[in-house]
Amino acid sequence: MGVPIPPLLAAKGVRKRFGHVQALQDADFTAYAGEVVALIGDNGAGKSTLVNVLSGVMSPDAGEILLEGAPVRFAGPVDAQRRGVETVYQDLSLAPDLDAAANLYLGREIFRGGLLRPLHVLDRPVMRRAAVEAFAELGVALKDVRVPVAALSGGQRQSVAVARAVAFARKVIFMDEPTAALGVVQRARVLDTVRRVRDRGVAVVLISHNMPEVLAVADRVEVLRLGRRVASFAAAGTSIEELVGAMTGSLDQQPDNGEDRR
Amino acid sequence: MSADTLQKQAGPSERNGAVRAASRFFAENGALGGLVILVVALSLMSGSFLTVTNLLNVGVQAAVTAILAFGVTFVITTAGIDLSVGAVAALSAVVCAWSATSEGLPWPLALVVALGVGILCGLVNGALITYGKLPPFIATLAMQGVARGLALVISQGSPIALPNSISHLGDTISSYLPVPVIVMVAMGLVTAFVLARTYSGRAMYAIGGNEEAARLSGIKVTRQKLITYALAGGFAAVAGIVLASRLASATPEAASGYELDAIAAVVIGGASLSGGKGTAFGTFVGALILAMLRNGLNLLSVSSFWQQVVIGVVIALAVLLDTLRRRSTN
Repeated sequence: MGVPIPPLLAAKGVRKRFGHVQALQDADFTAYAGEVVALIGDNGAGKSTLVNVLSGVMSPDAGEILLEGAPVRFAGPVDAQRRGVETVYQDLSLAPDLDAAANLYLGREIFRGGLLRPLHVLDRPVMRRAAVEAFAELGVALKDVRVPVAALSGGQRQSVAVARAVAFARKVIFMDEPTAALGVVQRARVLDTVRRVRDRGVAVVLISHNMPEVLAVADRVEVLRLGRRVASFAAAGTSIEELVGAMTGSLDQQPDNGEDRR
Repeated sequence: MSADTLQKQAGPSERNGAVRAASRFFAENGALGGLVILVVALSLMSGSFLTVTNLLNVGVQAAVTAILAFGVTFVITTAGIDLSVGAVAALSAVVCAWSATSEGLPWPLALVVALGVGILCGLVNGALITYGKLPPFIATLAMQGVARGLALVISQGSPIALPNSISHLGDTISSYLPVPVIVMVAMGLVTAFVLARTYSGRAMYAIGGNEEAARLSGIKVTRQKLITYALAGGFAAVAGIVLASRLASATPEAASGYELDAIAAVVIGGASLSGGKGTAFGTFVGALILAMLRNGLNLLSVSSFWQQVVIGVVIALAVLLDTLRRRSTN
């Protein structure tokens, strides 16, 4: 092929230090459109820091972030969201007392037009209808979108958080342990969603400790160790032993192995 | 298409839904049950309770507390607290009377200035809490002192008579419509509208439920907190003017301790001091319960010393029952 497609989102030589801890040390990361990349690593490898840097929660000390080949600096998570980069946080970050529809549109409310516009009056029917559709699309069974999310089960809350990111992500979604709190059925449903979002051309970055799950859903796996990318695998044909080996350092691989995949 | 299937599933259980909605309404408005019981009990115990004159009287008694409490509802919904509303009410009333008499301002302008003072006090509270990172308790306690002190300074410690044009706000229209009650209902509707229908209301619930989540979702937390405390200050100013117009004069010591009544009304109405919950209707019912209790105890000629005891017990019971009920539904 002639011109190579640039990665949708890439990190090059990102560094981040907290006091004496060098959380990221020249870390690289790549995610292409329409793929599921799993980001794995042992506790303290720097996964969460890398995600925070890439989703605008933290700014890197050094290094650069490229969105569709162009360098970007996210002013904050909201700025990243505006550019099509969404995150499902591990603690879900929902407003417990608001209902599912309100949570879906939290911070992105739709307002009534006309004379009421300056008062920022919510257009609740429109948001509610769109929310019902968004949940239906994900196969989320909510009896009533008007129940506060605090009254929902853990799995349903998870679905609301995922649905929110999916509804607005145009380019990249980060999912930090999205299935950690889920039962078998709901886990399968979330993974199904992950695949469906990928098929829309979005890059899904999955942070997970669950190796079988990673191999089942990811197209590619990037491994972090001690704040650095140490390996990149195509998921097909890779074994759990290889992944664990890369995570623990018993098996080393060239860092840029997977990058010339396309 | 998928939405259709959802609706079809909802179809057969519609009657269940109505029952569920009704039971949810009562679960969410536990205070309403208390109010009904109180009305029944007081009408059985005292013949003069359930009369139009007396109920209007209760409404007027409830008005100032309710208006203050509506403002405090916003604050408590964001998991904050406002101890300054009583003092801010007094300061606004004093400024209103002083600017209309000593300074000779036309009365509509005096009202606007008074409202501005209330909002300004609220904004200062908000700024101390957001930019200054003071706990709301401390910031508003400080404001309580400052506002009360300024009210004493401006009035030189003595009541200022209100011009007639303003004290008409304490009147009763055609002997059945007390203006304070009308103002209370209007402010209640404004509160309900803001909480349920506007971005600010939604932000208040989000901030009270999980401030970090609200921030990550893109809610402008600082600005919304400023708006919240400014609303509480503005409502306090309205309450202060209503109180002063009923007495036809603004007293610097007026409304002292009212902030606690307001907080009690909000909490009896089902709001949680840890934030995220609170409705205008609940607060309204809470304020009515407090006013009816006082009125009823007076009618039954219970000594004012014992009244305080009873009201304290009722506040404790209301919150206790509410906590138990919530625990059982979860």
